[in-house]
Amino acid sequence: MSSIVVQFLNGLAGASTLFLIAVGLSLIFGVTRIVNFAHGSLYMLGIYIAYSAVGAFGAAGALGFWGAILAAALAVGLFGALVEVLILRRIYQAPELFQLLATFALVLMVKDFVLWAWGPEDLLGPRAPGLDGAVAILGQRFPEYDLFMIAVGPVVLGLLWLLLNRTRWGTLVRAATQDREMVGALGVNQKWLFTGVFALGAFLAGLGGALQVPREPAQLFLDLTAIADAFVIVVVGGMGSIPGAFLAALIIGEVKAFCIGLGNVTLLGVEVSFSKLTLVIEFIVMAIVLVVRPWGLLGRPQAAQRAAPTHIEPPLRAALRGLAAGAAVLALALAALPLTGAAYTVVLMTDILIFALFAASLHFIMGPAGMVSFGHAAYFGLGAYGAGLVLLRAGAPMEVALAAGPLAAALGAAVFGWFCVRLAGVYFAMLTLAFAQIGWSVVFQWDSFTGGSNGLVGVWPAAWLSSKSAFYLFVLVLCGAGLAALRRILFSPFGYALRAGRDSPLRCDAIGIDIKRLQWAAFTLVGAFAGTAGALYAFSKGSLSPDLMAIPRSVDALVMVLLGGVQTLAGPAVGAAAFTWLQDTIARNTEYWQSLLGATILIIVLAFPQGIVGSLARLGTRAEAE
Amino acid sequence: MSAGGAVLELAGVHAYYGRAHILADVSLAVGRGEVAVLLGRNGAGKSTTLKTIIGLVPAARGEIRFDGRRIDGLPPYRIAASGLGYVPEDRRIFTDLTVAENLDVGRQAPRAGAPVWTVDKVCALFPNLKAMQNRPGGRTSGGEQQMLTIARTLMGNPSCILLDEPSEGLAPVIVDQMAAAIKELKAAGVSVLLSEQNLHFATEVADRAYIIEKGRIRFTGTIAELAANAEIRNNYLAV
Repeated sequence: MSSIVVQFLNGLAGASTLFLIAVGLSLIFGVTRIVNFAHGSLYMLGIYIAYSAVGAFGAAGALGFWGAILAAALAVGLFGALVEVLILRRIYQAPELFQLLATFALVLMVKDFVLWAWGPEDLLGPRAPGLDGAVAILGQRFPEYDLFMIAVGPVVLGLLWLLLNRTRWGTLVRAATQDREMVGALGVNQKWLFTGVFALGAFLAGLGGALQVPREPAQLFLDLTAIADAFVIVVVGGMGSIPGAFLAALIIGEVKAFCIGLGNVTLLGVEVSFSKLTLVIEFIVMAIVLVVRPWGLLGRPQAAQRAAPTHIEPPLRAALRGLAAGAAVLALALAALPLTGAAYTVVLMTDILIFALFAASLHFIMGPAGMVSFGHAAYFGLGAYGAGLVLLRAGAPMEVALAAGPLAAALGAAVFGWFCVRLAGVYFAMLTLAFAQIGWSVVFQWDSFTGGSNGLVGVWPAAWLSSKSAFYLFVLVLCGAGLAALRRILFSPFGYALRAGRDSPLRCDAIGIDIKRLQWAAFTLVGAFAGTAGALYAFSKGSLSPDLMAIPRSVDALVMVLLGGVQTLAGPAVGAAAFTWLQDTIARNTEYWQSLLGATILIIVLAFPQGIVGSLARLGTRAEAE
Repeated sequence: MSAGGAVLELAGVHAYYGRAHILADVSLAVGRGEVAVLLGRNGAGKSTTLKTIIGLVPAARGEIRFDGRRIDGLPPYRIAASGLGYVPEDRRIFTDLTVAENLDVGRQAPRAGAPVWTVDKVCALFPNLKAMQNRPGGRTSGGEQQMLTIARTLMGNPSCILLDEPSEGLAPVIVDQMAAAIKELKAAGVSVLLSEQNLHFATEVADRAYIIEKGRIRFTGTIAELAANAEIRNNYLAV
């Protein structure tokens, strides 16, 4: 009984932190419609800055400690304001995905900045003066600081309520959340409203991080875990709803605390490890909530954006003149590559081809079908593991294993997709992320079957493909065929119907197209293509690890597609090539390749808001028109 | 009307939605203290004209002047903050905010040369709003929302106001109230450009009329001239 109470209190303390991260994300999304991928990075900055500030101000005195916490939160708020003014302000008119890409570039840059400034070691701060003891609760010791944390959540919720409901600034923020264009037409300068909201959200994330200083060490991976938590809470609670974020933080905080507390339990003769479940439990909660209440617990269906329709997608054009000839020349040139004897280039090109297929499979549902997946790596990873496990555990020949990869991925995509296609927009993206995370943690923890965090080794191709050149040609044929097939499907009635579903679901319904079923079919189909890429990747490296299906891999795919341009057919291939080459080149030259990659992405986003191929195509049509 | 007497003036304005040419060479003017009406059928370009003036739709070519200064190309908030009020056709009430909060969003500092509005004064103009200050905007009737959206814009103390189809979809008794309110605005010195399909309503409140069809101005004259010209009315307004 007493341990249940303590677990409950632990859950409340955790919930406060989750709430502080998520509420800022929710506020920012509500007003600016930007999904701030860098929100977890702001949280991480908060904890690192607070660590240093506590050291500088002196942790012994209460003034020094609490002053340091507040200073860290303010510094992060100021950083947020700068980011808004210098970067985001220029891209509010850009497509939603580009905004996402820009904030992801920030994630990379902040991470390297933290690595440069604080180094790779975990840093644990001192305890809070005056709150460094423990109190006895029903015979169990409970840290005083955690009691304080329990109070922080409700206090911040109350202050935010006052700010939003009792000040004119708050009224304007709530009005802009609903219809920012009208707020502007009433004479309010939204620019500073947006800056203010972004700074407030950053401040709250920074505060959440700073307050963690006595509780957990500052670590370099906190950005991605925090953003995953924040996404889950915002989506469970309902995008833009502050009470929803609070409720969701409580639920997730409690569920996590009880999973840790329960540990290993034997249920009906089966041993279940609840502590292992903590990695996925929040995603399972999210998946359940989204299926039952697609807009979150306290959210409402997202209102259609009111704006002059400046982003009407022009129809895809079948082919530019001479494209077929160009493709043939390119294929020949690629086939001739091994003759040059450039071994390193052959390996790099193998990667590029595989990622081109992976990116094209994401592009298929993202561009023409309008479904943005944040968890596409799940199907890449399922393909890789499907092939690897059939090869190693079943002892099947490589050719059979290679076919098992796409099958496994398509099966996974069919199951996950059945849930996902019920949702749209940001919610769809979040649910795909959740499923990918579930898949990742299964693979990560199932040591006896998948090899756990170590992965599997010895996944080598058959003898006839053992040379790098032979394997490269094999990949060229398969990926070339895959790309051609995806392209062909886009220009079939199935492809037309998908595009119609993206542009007007209502009209599709009215003319008798079951758009959800088509989307489910498309999701499953691209799962198979991503799985093919994953299986090829496993054989090209000879090993596989859970990283193949982790969040960063999904983001890589998004970046490739966005780099190339979402509404172009050649885009994903070009984007994959540019991304893979950039990553390879930069990584070989500097330890801080992530920030260079981030800076490159940022420059591309600011300079070519249509993607590389999209911008070239626009230049082309402009030249044609003149 | 001489150019100097116009508070709002459009000269050769063109606007597009994507590649669709919506406004072609639109020229019109609203005199100081005058009520002008832009008449036309559905889809003729009335709402787009008003949205282009307030900056929600960019003017691709042409000039828009307010109080003698160019406003085309400025962001909507700067145009609105210079004393040009905009009341959208679909009202765009903030449904989550109370009536009082909706009015608060529209509030701007008093401005020289324009009447100063307070919550009490807009409630005197639209008495229905007085009793529902704490009601969420989303829980008001269509007529009340129309009153609220005009009142909200008036809180910005505009010297000129763009009213997009204020009589649309309202009960006759509310339409009469709208007409009375427009006359009161005029009496208070506010210039008005209103878009309408309802010729009867327009005739009752307006001094000057423009007819727009397929994005082009087809008639320019006083409301009396329009009343006398049956051919124009039949060509462009009859259903």
